[in-house]
Amino acid sequence: MTIIYEETADDGPPIPEQRITVRVNGRKVVAEVEPRLLLAHFLRYTMRLTGTHTGCDTTNCGACTVLVDGRAIKSCTMFAVMADGHEVTTVEGLASPSELHPLQEGFKEKHGLQCGFCTPGMMMAAKALLDRNPDPTEEDVRWALSGNLCRCTGYQNIVKSVLWAADKLRAESGQAEEAS
Amino acid sequence: MYPSRFRYQAARSAEQAVRLLHEGGEDAKVLAGGQSLIPMMKLRFASPELLVDINAIPGLDYHRVDPDGSIHVGALCRHADLEHSDLLPGHQPTMTAAAPLIADPLVRNRGTLVGSLCHADPQGDWASVVLALGGSIVAQGPAGQRTIPLREFVLGPFENALAHDEIAVEAVIPAPRGAPAGGYLKLERRVGDFATAGVAVALETDGSQVIRAGIALTGVGGSTIEATEAEQVLTGRPLTAETIAEAGRLAAAAAQPKSDHRGSATYKRHIVSTFVVRILSRIDWTQERAA
Amino acid sequence: MSQAVDEIKIGGMGASRRRVEDNRFIRGKGNYTDDVVLPGMLHMEILRSPVAHARITRIDASRAWDMPGVRLVLTGEMMATRNLAWMPTLSYDTQAVLATDKVRFQGQEVACVIADDPYIAKDACEAIEVDYEPLPVVVSPQAALEDDAPVIRDDKEGQATNVIYDWEVGDAEGTDRAFEQADVISRLQLHYPRSHPSPIECCGSIADFNRSTQKLTVYMTTQAPHIVRAAVALIAELPEHMIRIISPDIGGGFGNKVPVYPGYVCSILASILLEQPVKWIEDKTGNLISTGFARDVYLDGELALSRDGKILGMRMRTLADHGAFFADAQPSKFKIGLMHSTFGCYNVPFAHLAARGMYTNKSPGGVAYRCSFRVTEAMFFQERMMQAAADDLGMDQAEFRRINLVRDEQFPHRTPFGFLLDSGQYGACLELGLKAVGYEDFLRQKAEAAKRGRLLGIGISTMSEPLGAGNSREYDILGIKMFDSAELRVHMTGKALLRTGARGQGQGHETTWGQIVAHELGIPADDVTVEEGDTDTAPFGMGTYASRSTPVAGAAIAMVCRKVRAKARKLAAHLLEVSEEDIEWELGRFYVRSAPDRGVTIQECAMAAYSNMPDGLEPGLENNAYYDPPNLTWPFACYIVTVEVDPETGVWDVLNMVAVDDCGVRINPMIVEGQIMGGLTEAFAMSNMQFITYDADGNCIGSNYMDYLIPTAWETPGFELHGEVVTPSPHHPIGAKGVGECAAVGGPAAFVNAVMDALKGTGVRNIDMPLLPDRVWEAVTQRHDVSGAPPIRTDG
Repeated sequence: MTIIYEETADDGPPIPEQRITVRVNGRKVVAEVEPRLLLAHFLRYTMRLTGTHTGCDTTNCGACTVLVDGRAIKSCTMFAVMADGHEVTTVEGLASPSELHPLQEGFKEKHGLQCGFCTPGMMMAAKALLDRNPDPTEEDVRWALSGNLCRCTGYQNIVKSVLWAADKLRAESGQAEEAS
Repeated sequence: MYPSRFRYQAARSAEQAVRLLHEGGEDAKVLAGGQSLIPMMKLRFASPELLVDINAIPGLDYHRVDPDGSIHVGALCRHADLEHSDLLPGHQPTMTAAAPLIADPLVRNRGTLVGSLCHADPQGDWASVVLALGGSIVAQGPAGQRTIPLREFVLGPFENALAHDEIAVEAVIPAPRGAPAGGYLKLERRVGDFATAGVAVALETDGSQVIRAGIALTGVGGSTIEATEAEQVLTGRPLTAETIAEAGRLAAAAAQPKSDHRGSATYKRHIVSTFVVRILSRIDWTQERAA
Repeated sequence: MSQAVDEIKIGGMGASRRRVEDNRFIRGKGNYTDDVVLPGMLHMEILRSPVAHARITRIDASRAWDMPGVRLVLTGEMMATRNLAWMPTLSYDTQAVLATDKVRFQGQEVACVIADDPYIAKDACEAIEVDYEPLPVVVSPQAALEDDAPVIRDDKEGQATNVIYDWEVGDAEGTDRAFEQADVISRLQLHYPRSHPSPIECCGSIADFNRSTQKLTVYMTTQAPHIVRAAVALIAELPEHMIRIISPDIGGGFGNKVPVYPGYVCSILASILLEQPVKWIEDKTGNLISTGFARDVYLDGELALSRDGKILGMRMRTLADHGAFFADAQPSKFKIGLMHSTFGCYNVPFAHLAARGMYTNKSPGGVAYRCSFRVTEAMFFQERMMQAAADDLGMDQAEFRRINLVRDEQFPHRTPFGFLLDSGQYGACLELGLKAVGYEDFLRQKAEAAKRGRLLGIGISTMSEPLGAGNSREYDILGIKMFDSAELRVHMTGKALLRTGARGQGQGHETTWGQIVAHELGIPADDVTVEEGDTDTAPFGMGTYASRSTPVAGAAIAMVCRKVRAKARKLAAHLLEVSEEDIEWELGRFYVRSAPDRGVTIQECAMAAYSNMPDGLEPGLENNAYYDPPNLTWPFACYIVTVEVDPETGVWDVLNMVAVDDCGVRINPMIVEGQIMGGLTEAFAMSNMQFITYDADGNCIGSNYMDYLIPTAWETPGFELHGEVVTPSPHHPIGAKGVGECAAVGGPAAFVNAVMDALKGTGVRNIDMPLLPDRVWEAVTQRHDVSGAPPIRTDG
């Protein structure tokens, strides 16, 4: 992050910065970052993509889940410099502002969220699951989401939301296949 | 939540990583998956001066089974790669059982088996698995590569045998001489919790008797524990209810658990014995023979 | 020609309307406190005490001051010069903002650094040197009572011991007589472990003091913005009209975000001193070790019983651990919250409760963690006691409840502690629950399984919870009466803006409140914007906690709608050219009684309010309502759990969980069910894994999510919900009752009772929560009770 020095202040040792090139939600960005900047903070504070939340200090809660090269990871447990040359997808990149991803629709349809704080992380973890396994069982969903904590919903509706989205995605791809 | 400052270098080859570590001295650390190191840095329990990131080194993300049956896991092979592996099921039951039980699904997407071994956390699951399998680490340093059996690799809690300018590039599971059997069981209070107790069992059988037995224990001592006497009681005989019970008893005796908020020492010992018995009892002899 | 509207189609009462707020949350476009960025904003971090009890002999912040990017370092000494080193709590005690004399719990706030970014602020916190001179540490209320215990609150004049209060309620003599006449006396001693609401979002604030306008704006994670405004006015001695508290989206509250915390106060002072916005975002450890915990109370009680299973009397003693400051968020009349709501749903002729509260070297709090002021402990004790008593009597636990539950014809029913239960169909809920779970079948299965050494168990919990404080005669916080408010403005085109004094944190107010407007006025819910959480625009209210929003603010919404409708009637009369008396209302429309086809819609009335008013009628169509409920609302619930315990490991699995909730009229059934499922999960968490404890040195175990265990989707069981029994609240304008907390309150006993039922043959009477595998195993193998918080053992 940036420091502004008072004119009179001792400059101190220079803060090492590293240039990174990251593709975020399809957009290629170049940034100068301090190595210690966490990817979650880079997304939130530098990129102003505040849909990625931070909820704990110990890599447990998963509110910061994003996709890096298609894999769901906890962005609080990766430095922004490590994303150099990689592709990051956040909740803002799930769909266009006007259209919704079936997961987003599913969470609304099945009341899969209450305070909404864990929701982006849940959806990103679910996205990675459905990309790998388009037809998951309830057990598969519960297992895939077991790195994400929610305090409001009790998970039951989150699981239903993901299964709803899976159904819709399969129906859509079935239609696409028929059409082709 | 906010780590201390450090210098950062991304290595493009193992040689470069070694050179950077060599120049960096004692305060340099290797960064692979970072799923143990970064949380410690965020809590400022660890504040390395230099991080040498090996994630950009090409060709280290493999896991493969060689024609001789040995398994090789590269330094950048993630837990999830092993969890979803096509190679391990049917070939290596202990690893197959353990992979989905590491941390949580998101951590598994990033963390590595080799990194977990290097971290040498007594509560690390892979250390028990690899110890039970008689595995080793291939380390690369300024003078080239050397192989360190895991038994000698883990020196104590959070302490491994690598020199400060060495990196672990691969974990090797030796080729089995018989049909592999076994499993991994872990008592965790919820997903992502460290083990209250965990047990890795790796057997090789020739259809009539156990020709090699490896049993190692997670979270019940100052470091990963190999239950040598339990291994011996199984080796060279058929697996019977009696040997199973005896192995459970001896494994529990080998554990050195401390009472803490995860449970009393007595309880943890009991879980060790229960799990040893459960894994061994589930092994189906006739099927092993057929395999 | 106008027609009445279809209530469900316009998203009125009973519609499972999809949530309005979801539209932003699912896109990652929520606006939580940490998402707010102001120009020139600085960042604050807090240095906390690593020790539990020590005198501070030196603080040297010179190295921190010297670090580039550091703008300000605050210490207790500096706060004291502005009379801000201490602040009042919500329970008429004081709490240190930054420690001056000594630290009294691990995690207490010692200093703050304000810097250009949070990384630097954290670096500078580490550079502050503090010398601590250790003092003896007290980590249990029992130890705090010892003669040689150090006096933790030596700052308070006249405080010679660690006792905060001794308080009692009920009829001691009558209860003694009831026990003298008892055939059987059943006793149970329990510990309800320390827990923490732990929303995923931690606390935080952005204080923005503008020197030129003298206005202080604070963005803050608060469930009660108006209470905070009053508190800030009093603490910081600022004029109330120059304080604006904005509570943006909140990432979960559960009671944790009701009190005023030192971090808020420090960020405010820092902004005043620096004349720049100052953001403070707490980390998870800070949240868990310093902000409002819940429970941590020892419950010791007994029932006087007749041989045929009637309860003759109940008495109970509680010993509560409040930590270093008495900071409970609760109505001021009641020292141990609404603990005396215990046994309300049963016929108990005589009852007595004696409560004692203690200071210890632990974090302060005692907030209502989804519990309406310690009703969680009250109902847990009640339902565990019911099971133990049934066992002592050798009676079936369902039958024992049947005998003692308040019957439908008894309402209104006055409890021995003075609560007035006004409605319910308790028996119907119990029977429905038993039927849904297949009670008789399960008992057969259980007996069958027992023959093969398997341990199956079934647990029941039935309870009626007091929700929705006040009335104002009895309920106030720091003297501020517990009413709530709503303000409705109907625009010219019939669209509306609704504001309330509540502040939701995921309960779906933006959705549900619109439905009440739709129900009362026939304006489609989609045409209503709901705003909460900004004290400059919202009417004064006490905020959202204790399941009070629907009972109180929800009632205020109905009342303001009725006021608006009354005015619209005048406009309708004018438009229809008849007198007001000749007009009838049906949903969305006024019509002439004698000519029902002649009518005007509410939207037409709205237009007239701005364009065609009759002479003498004030223009506009808006109003407000302040609602002081005549009573609490009394929902009832029956939760039944079946489990199987693995005797070899102590691990227990939930086989089935049935929840019957009668929470009166359901405005949005989908949201109500969501609240119940969330509460059941917290109930499961508390019974199974979730707890905070301390070692002998006062180190907090449970200071992060590695140790403070919150269940994931994997461990959490599925739930079967039933809402068939509906008993409307007799006094609430739309018949609704509170519901948000019922499941978290009544649920834990169902889980524990199920495990205890599975262990019935082993001679084990009680295992205190959490029922972690090692504790269950210890009980099964040793055949003894396991009591108290999980110990931090030192053997082996």
